[in-house]
Amino acid sequence: MENNKKQVVVKDLVKKFGSFVANDHLTFEVNSGEIFGFLGANGAGKTTAIKILCGLSAPTSGEVKVAGFDIYKQREQIKKSIGYMSQKFSLYDDLTIAENIRFYGGIYGLNRQQIKLKTSDYMDSLSLHEYASSRVEELPLGIKQKLSFMVAILHEPPIVFLDEPTGGVDPLTRRQFWEMIYQEAQNGKTIFVTTHYMDEAEYCHRVSIMVDGKIEALDTPAGLKEKFGVDSVEKVFIKLARG
Amino acid sequence: MRIFIIKEFLQIFRDKRTMVILFGIPIVQILLFGFALKNDIKNVQISILDQSKDLYTQELTNKLVSSGYFILNSNLQNTDEIEGIFKKGKVREVIVFEPQFGENLIKDGRANVQIITDASDPNTANMVYSYTQAIISDYVQEINTRNEKPVMIIPQSQMRYNPELESVFMFVPGLITIVLMLVSAMMTSISITREKELGTMEVLLVSPVKPWQIILGKVLPYVFLSFISAILILLMSYFVFHMPFSGSLVLLLSSSLLFIILALALGLFISTVSKTQQVAMLLSMFALLLPTILLSGFIFPIKNMPLALQYFSHLMPPKWFVIVIKNIMIKGNGIELVWKELLILLGMTMFFIVLSIKKFKIRLE
Repeated sequence: MENNKKQVVVKDLVKKFGSFVANDHLTFEVNSGEIFGFLGANGAGKTTAIKILCGLSAPTSGEVKVAGFDIYKQREQIKKSIGYMSQKFSLYDDLTIAENIRFYGGIYGLNRQQIKLKTSDYMDSLSLHEYASSRVEELPLGIKQKLSFMVAILHEPPIVFLDEPTGGVDPLTRRQFWEMIYQEAQNGKTIFVTTHYMDEAEYCHRVSIMVDGKIEALDTPAGLKEKFGVDSVEKVFIKLARG
Repeated sequence: MRIFIIKEFLQIFRDKRTMVILFGIPIVQILLFGFALKNDIKNVQISILDQSKDLYTQELTNKLVSSGYFILNSNLQNTDEIEGIFKKGKVREVIVFEPQFGENLIKDGRANVQIITDASDPNTANMVYSYTQAIISDYVQEINTRNEKPVMIIPQSQMRYNPELESVFMFVPGLITIVLMLVSAMMTSISITREKELGTMEVLLVSPVKPWQIILGKVLPYVFLSFISAILILLMSYFVFHMPFSGSLVLLLSSSLLFIILALALGLFISTVSKTQQVAMLLSMFALLLPTILLSGFIFPIKNMPLALQYFSHLMPPKWFVIVIKNIMIKGNGIELVWKELLILLGMTMFFIVLSIKKFKIRLE
């Protein structure tokens, strides 16, 4: 089936707030295992679109399928099949790492055994043992960010939405974070990521750029650069944003 | 859901501020209110209408005046003067000795004294009365050690201007109301908005957990803790301040539970309209706490308010709850006398729950 390959299918998605059109006939698809960059200036409609895809907001019209499920009729299935990480990292500051994992694991219906396994797994792979008894608020930002991502994919969803996951983090940590994203993409996860950093856009397999509620460009980073005759995605972005 | 409750408790117990608000404030407040009210009596102006003018009335008058609690304002000549002297406002208590007081005391072993208090300030009135009573019974004991035949002085109390003594012992019902409001409404609204600020609410909404599960998971721990807090206050008021307790315990606790749920619904509603913890806190303070203190009849009797405010106070949930607890605790009324108030509270609870669920849903759209 085609949907097994396409994790996100959006056709003519329109979202209106009163007379304001936040998303104007968006049409795009995201393939399995793809890192899909979702770029746009503030207010271009990125957040609105990602909210619709995550089931937080209902579209005005158009066809949307996430992980093969229909956004209108199968919201519950979609919720089980997606992971979500916001720019605020969404961890409980006053709980420990293990407690955070236990809570989110519980939310997604993981059993005690699975949670235990995941916890020790994460402790090892992110080398968190020195922080085992500290609360999340005491963790370095980079660790917090990675943990937040790992928590978002705790229930092993086929697709994960990252909403500006690297805000306020230094370049080195950002790089390590992207390595982790690559790793997960190679394992077959689909990554849908919004970002402000244009250098990060270069890491994506494909990039879409939104301007005023419309997708103005959608291609591989190399394809975009060629088409617009510039040498970086940043320049493509500026060209589009200026109109 | 269970996992939610565990997590919420973990967070509550870890946050020292929350614990202080939950348990420290009620204890400090009840002690403060209790003792502030207890120690208030000093130099209260009284007038005496002595229709007997004998040795015994003289002695008793001297004893009262020399006690340090009372100052003799004036001696009255007849009963018509009583109203006037109260109207002037300085005198809080008039003591009326019956004619042939001393004679009755010796002959019949019993004499009457009338204690009239200005109950427009009910707390003071009640205290003035009980101090007077204590001094009188002290005096009776003195006589009884002197005389062979035991005597009795029968004080007859008359509270003027507020005969039912509307707000005596009001501080406990008022305090329970305030604490439940504070803990339930403020804490829930803050803890929900904190999740919004942290961004965890978003993640929860994206997850397969249903909104009602999120809300219930957040709210149940506070129901439990508020309930414990309420019981704590009741125990303290009973054992430390000897608050009368004449009604049904089950009725009292279940109405407390109803009020807790109402307060939580209010907190929930506040959390749906405020974006940050500070806004939630300010809203709870101004929209809930101040009206609770000022308009519930807890400190200022509602009867003394301007008419417009009296009507406005009907909209205040705490007012009804204060009436309910007061009736149950002090007057010992059963469900048959408080069902109207309980029904009003129930209606308000429903209203706010429906309103917050609507608001919560709108946010999802």
